[in-house]
Amino acid sequence: MNLSDLMIMRHELLLTLLAVSILIMDLGAGPKHRYLVLPVSLILFFVNLIIGFLPVREGTLFGGMYHTSGLIILMKNILNIGFFIVMLQSFTWLKKEENKLKMSEFYVLLLATLIGMNFMISSGDFLMFYLGLELATIPMAALAAYVHHQTRSAEAGIKLILISALSSGILLFGLSMIYGTTGSIFFNEVKAAYSSEPLQVLGFIFFFAGMGFKISLVPFHLWTADVYEGAPVGVTSYLSVISKGAAVFIFILVLYTVFTSIDFLWKDLTYIIAVLTMTIGNLFALRQKNLKRLLAFSSIAQAGFILLGIIAGSKLGMASVIYFILVYIFSNLGAFGVVAAIHDHTGKESMDDYNGLYHTNPRLSLLMMLSLFSLAGIPPVAGFFGKFFLFTSAASGGYYWLVFIAVLNATISLYYYLLVVKAMFINKNDHPIEPFSSDITTRLGLLICTAGIVALGFYNTVYELINKLSIGIN
Amino acid sequence: MHQGIPLHYFLIVSTLMFFIGIFGFLTRRNLITILMSIELILNSVNINFVVFNRYLFPHKLQGHFFSMIVIAIAAAEAAVAIAIIINIYRNFRSIEVGKVDEMKH
Repeated sequence: MNLSDLMIMRHELLLTLLAVSILIMDLGAGPKHRYLVLPVSLILFFVNLIIGFLPVREGTLFGGMYHTSGLIILMKNILNIGFFIVMLQSFTWLKKEENKLKMSEFYVLLLATLIGMNFMISSGDFLMFYLGLELATIPMAALAAYVHHQTRSAEAGIKLILISALSSGILLFGLSMIYGTTGSIFFNEVKAAYSSEPLQVLGFIFFFAGMGFKISLVPFHLWTADVYEGAPVGVTSYLSVISKGAAVFIFILVLYTVFTSIDFLWKDLTYIIAVLTMTIGNLFALRQKNLKRLLAFSSIAQAGFILLGIIAGSKLGMASVIYFILVYIFSNLGAFGVVAAIHDHTGKESMDDYNGLYHTNPRLSLLMMLSLFSLAGIPPVAGFFGKFFLFTSAASGGYYWLVFIAVLNATISLYYYLLVVKAMFINKNDHPIEPFSSDITTRLGLLICTAGIVALGFYNTVYELINKLSIGIN
Repeated sequence: MHQGIPLHYFLIVSTLMFFIGIFGFLTRRNLITILMSIELILNSVNINFVVFNRYLFPHKLQGHFFSMIVIAIAAAEAAVAIAIIINIYRNFRSIEVGKVDEMKH
């Protein structure tokens, strides 16, 4: 191994370099120039995003602990795009007076979680997987508790760290059983030694439960709404999109490449959990009045839809999951971007406050409508194609009843998305939110989301690229 | 090969510890005690890894390394959790779970 082999992990190296240099810039800049650190780190991350698309050599490192391929690089680039939008959207909030003393720490912690996710996706054994998972969740709790004088933020932080510690404990107990029965923690050796012995099945179920906490699938979803409501808006959007996306990526990779010999088992499990997740997520979303809570429950329901692609177990299934997450990044970040912009200017986030928003802020309302339509899956926006591919892949696997339940749930979800649209466009309000103009960064973030929502629906090269790189169970 | 305590005795201990930890996590009302329950869960995992490594696969050290890394990460997790608990105490003047329930719908 020589030094040039290390360039296989260029994504992680660049992100680490970026995080360290932001810390040093923050230290080096005097109190007068500290406000410059944020824009500079934005530009640096944009450069990193562009470099991420340059070709990377495939290969393995550290005796197989780390490996990368075209598919994994594609996943990392998708996460990078979402991360850039989150950076843009939290910019206005970070520049506020209350965050004066801890502006750049936010980006450093966010970058730490992104590094963790990249390592997690690239892992070639369970040790690296676990390390990446923890690097992705521990700073997340610090971020959720970022507004340290606000009781809700502290509450969100403690709920997140305790639940994620419990879930990684359960996951580790499963991993210890897998290690005890197969004698290895490397993915390919585990795969070769895996059969359906009782202890191995039990270990897998613990593993599934641990991942269920991270993706917030339904018996393990109870932390989601509280954490999403209490955390700052930027952190909430990051949790609901990037964090969940990365967990889904590694989950599908592990299911498709390691636990292939017990696919009948995890398909049954996924079936039940998909039905529960979609239905309960949607039913709870119906009665929410706080927009962050509403989007939290809608994101639980979306996780249920994602399971439809996972259950197919085919190349089509993986391609539709990755495509759906790409679309979901743009649509959910668009919705959260509007919530963040309104929260930054007025501090309001209840649905009643949105009454009559169209008359005062027409452009924000239109974007919100577009994002919600994309989340609900209304043609011609990209969300429709995302859902359509997921349903197709599940149907091609023979799960017709599951697709039927999913279509019913998509209809239910339309109801509460339309409630928000109705509030903005039809409901009367004597004191609507005043017209305001956002910063350039917020606008840029929202513009990228809009472009993504509209363009991905019409431009099929992206899907073809994803489909070319995807893998199924063989 | 090994004289002395058979493998499954260790597994019974670690499984008991795991479920005591889960039980404590669900029933305890003090945040610090909940954190201690989590440590119990992680330590049961460590016992499993080390015992499997020593009894079944002694020629490789994967289990030992895994348990060492679990210990290190548990420390990091506890550090962040305790920092947040201190913050909770400053905000709520209590670390009882029943008091920290501002968001409940």
